[in-house]
Amino acid sequence: MNPKLFYQRYGRQILLKQFGEAAQLKLLNSRVLVIGAGGLGCPALQYLAAAGVGTIGIIDYDVVDISNLQRQILFATDDIGKSKAETASKKLRALNPGIEIQAFDLKLDNQNAFKIISEYEIVIDGTDNFSTRYLVNDACVLLDKPLIYGAVLRFEGQVGVFNYAERRTGVKTNYRDLFPKAPDANSVLSCNEAGVLGVVPGIIGTMQAAEAIKIITGTGEVLCNAIVSYNVLTNTFHKFTISESNQSKSLIPKSESEFLNFDYDWFCGIRKLENEISVEEFDELISKEKIRVIDVREKKELHLASEFTFEQIPMSEFEENISALDSTDTIVLICQTGNRSLKAVEIIKEKIKACKAFSLTGGIEAWRKHHLKV
Amino acid sequence: MEINILTFGHITDITSKAEFRISEVKDTDELRIKLSELFSAIRSIKYSIAVNKKVIQSNTVLTNDDTVALLPPFSGG
Repeated sequence: MNPKLFYQRYGRQILLKQFGEAAQLKLLNSRVLVIGAGGLGCPALQYLAAAGVGTIGIIDYDVVDISNLQRQILFATDDIGKSKAETASKKLRALNPGIEIQAFDLKLDNQNAFKIISEYEIVIDGTDNFSTRYLVNDACVLLDKPLIYGAVLRFEGQVGVFNYAERRTGVKTNYRDLFPKAPDANSVLSCNEAGVLGVVPGIIGTMQAAEAIKIITGTGEVLCNAIVSYNVLTNTFHKFTISESNQSKSLIPKSESEFLNFDYDWFCGIRKLENEISVEEFDELISKEKIRVIDVREKKELHLASEFTFEQIPMSEFEENISALDSTDTIVLICQTGNRSLKAVEIIKEKIKACKAFSLTGGIEAWRKHHLKV
Repeated sequence: MEINILTFGHITDITSKAEFRISEVKDTDELRIKLSELFSAIRSIKYSIAVNKKVIQSNTVLTNDDTVALLPPFSGG
């Protein structure tokens, strides 16, 4: 960058005695990933770009909705319907053309998380659901990346830095040391249901950006091994310290392969219950009612169920063959582990509206295991 | 013996006040039971507890005038 422009653009922070030119250069050489360009992500992104963080990644698979505009301040009314990741990048490039913005218009999951997160030094959590929060936390622990956490609801917000070694003790804590296990999906409220005052994510997201700047430049005390809780109505800040827990260690996947196999939706209670039945329920149905059991495994796979009668409609030719199904039938779909059959239920329900179709949870493997036990 | 309770998030909706005092609980396990008796809706909520600003990981003995914060997770972003 042209030295004159460098001092003009960043002069106000270079002037700070604890900051200076060295800190500014550290910012320009740093790489920060912001997960979620929503209420928290927007202000965080704006301040990081303005401050001159050299490379900023943005992940969001969503599009701008009119209900976002009350708090997601990077977006304008004209942006409704456009990709959040792309729109945010465009705004940030206009704000600061001297930095690189990398947009990921996709949903972060355990299959892509390692590849993306490993490219950055610091991660900012601006997600809006527990499933992604635990996923991001675990990935950051395994990849040893500092994670700047933020969460909001109504008039309250929380912020903290996870997986960052405290200078004196070397202790690192993470989200699971605060909340080891996810709450049931139906016992917690999202902002969609409970509401949020727009300035709350604005304040918390800005605090997340501040922590990122502090970590990168080595300025001040990082909010590690603690969270700060803020209430806009009472103007109160409470700081709570967090210590390492053995339970947290035992819950986090131990390796990349364990992480790849961890079902975060299931862990967070997101099961499509209305579409699933348990092994016990399945057995009861077989004994009482006339049901059609359809195995969706491919023909070359092993079909070992001789204990009940079933038809075969392999997943590869499923859609073409479901016209033969009647909406008055009760149908149970099975496969090896229950994933494909759950997808099959969704396909049926889309095509045949009133159809009573269920997927056997855990598939034929779970059914067999159950019968080996009893 | 009395302790101070601070509530956060949707727990405040259940208790209807963000600050109050509770007496006769000797540790955090007893406190959880007492809170469930006083506010039945709290039973369905997972929450962490901080005693005197420290998040605890297991049952912790309480002493007079301790401040206990009830922290439910929330995930809005």
